[in-house]
Amino acid sequence: MSATIASPSSGPARDPRVSAALGARRRRAALIVKVACYAATALGLLLLLLILGTLFWNGASAISINVFTDVTRPPGSGGGLLNPIVGSLIQTFIATLVGTPIGLLVGTYLAEYAKNSALGHAVRFVSDILLSAPSILIGLFVYQSMVVPMGGFSGWAGSAALAIIVIPVVVRTTEDMLRLLPDTLREAVIGLGAPKWKMVTLVCWRAAASGILTGVLLAIARVAGETAPLLFTSLGNLNWSLSLSAPMSSLPITIYSYAGSPYPDWIGLAWAGALIITLGVLMLNIVARSLLRGRK
Amino acid sequence: MADSMTTANASSSPQRAAFQARSNSALNEPRIAVRDLDFYYGSNKALKKIELDLPERQVTGMIGPSGCGKSTLLRVLNRMYSLYPGQRATGQVLMDGENILDNRIDINALRSRIGMVFQKPTPFPMTIYENIAFGVRLHEKLSKAAMDERVEWALTRTAIWGEVKDRLHSSAMGLSGGQQQRLCIARTIAVRPEVVLLDEPTSALDPISTLKIEELIDELKRDFTIAIVTHNMQQAARCADQVAFFYLGELVEVAPADELFTAPKQRRTQDYITGRFG
Repeated sequence: MSATIASPSSGPARDPRVSAALGARRRRAALIVKVACYAATALGLLLLLLILGTLFWNGASAISINVFTDVTRPPGSGGGLLNPIVGSLIQTFIATLVGTPIGLLVGTYLAEYAKNSALGHAVRFVSDILLSAPSILIGLFVYQSMVVPMGGFSGWAGSAALAIIVIPVVVRTTEDMLRLLPDTLREAVIGLGAPKWKMVTLVCWRAAASGILTGVLLAIARVAGETAPLLFTSLGNLNWSLSLSAPMSSLPITIYSYAGSPYPDWIGLAWAGALIITLGVLMLNIVARSLLRGRK
Repeated sequence: MADSMTTANASSSPQRAAFQARSNSALNEPRIAVRDLDFYYGSNKALKKIELDLPERQVTGMIGPSGCGKSTLLRVLNRMYSLYPGQRATGQVLMDGENILDNRIDINALRSRIGMVFQKPTPFPMTIYENIAFGVRLHEKLSKAAMDERVEWALTRTAIWGEVKDRLHSSAMGLSGGQQQRLCIARTIAVRPEVVLLDEPTSALDPISTLKIEELIDELKRDFTIAIVTHNMQQAARCADQVAFFYLGELVEVAPADELFTAPKQRRTQDYITGRFG
């Protein structure tokens, strides 16, 4: 086979044995890389399946209607997760309500007003750092700036910490989605005699709406599972309380404290809580993905 | 002189008659007068000493190879370049005796008088009706009935009313490319500008849609002064009353369409229209 390739009538000749050896080496290398890739993928998937499998196995057996209707009680006396669920919903809702407009406006500033300005680069840089900052730092920051001055842990402080996490996620997606819009669309709006703020609010936001909404959903999914920023801010509360000025319960904190307890019923509830969060986040992700796919 | 036209596509006799009537008549008074215009992208000079009149209610075609400055001139005429910090123009562009390059003019009001349509259709992400109403609302407060009437008028003038009248309230993104482009022209004329600038409006369209747009241009010049940039010399010959040939940022020659295509005065014009370069 190699003989037919290596018989040019003139010019430098190719040694068939060398090309055969090289070919074999290439095939060997290709095989090694391929096997390594498959093995790594299999390992990753296996771990993920183990986690999800264990979660579903233990969570499903612990979940009952009581989990959603009853509040947390002392060990041995039943109880459910109503206050952590409601606490998580309230704090996530406020965080989204506060963080989304700020993130949206900052992202818009970066994409529409400060594309190449020095301040724009600085803001983008800081926002990206915030995006990857350890969330415990944000918890400590809010502890210093809200919990200490206000004289105690509170739902407000927990919401504030989560809002700080929402902001950079929304900033990034808003900027990315606005930048995907063609400049001719902007020129078409301006060409009709529209001022820039109308171009941004009436056309650009609308054109990027599904992408921006996806970013907001992903931000919600992110903060719904955050534990560290709540440890120093809303603390957790084993009693039923809707007051935002008092310590407030949340699912991640309850999981954290229940899972480490020696009581089997509390441990069961921790599994149930973990399953609820996972399913919630999974659902948000699916909605976000289908929204993004709808754009195309 | 019109009899010797070689580039005009004279297939049907009414069009032919219209063409001759047009080419025999003198050009109208200028609606816009460009005087001594220089334009810079940063330090790069893209237009040099341009002198050009856009005659009232007539079509001015702008031709020339890519990068010759014809689109740049269009972007000067409605100050689109002001969006970009590195770009600047010197000289004068006079409309009603006023220099529109002057920083004191109301730029949004100017753009309502000088509308622009782009190469690629740019429907807004809203309904067909809202696409038209959007521009009108920027400059006028109309009652619902008056707005309905304006939308119908604009869509009728752009020969798309029949195709969209049953789905005015569905998204404009669902229209075909040619329909989207006619919608964009409708959106521009709904504002009732005096001048309409068309930047290669058919280069992204199929031949049938192109034909429709060209017929539309002929119809629209009853009311509007039109400037059209095109890469297609046949299109310039078919649509334009006067044609301006640009090369390397200079306006080489401007003349009535039949004259420019049959008896160009400049060697460079002749070389370009006979396909020797470009």
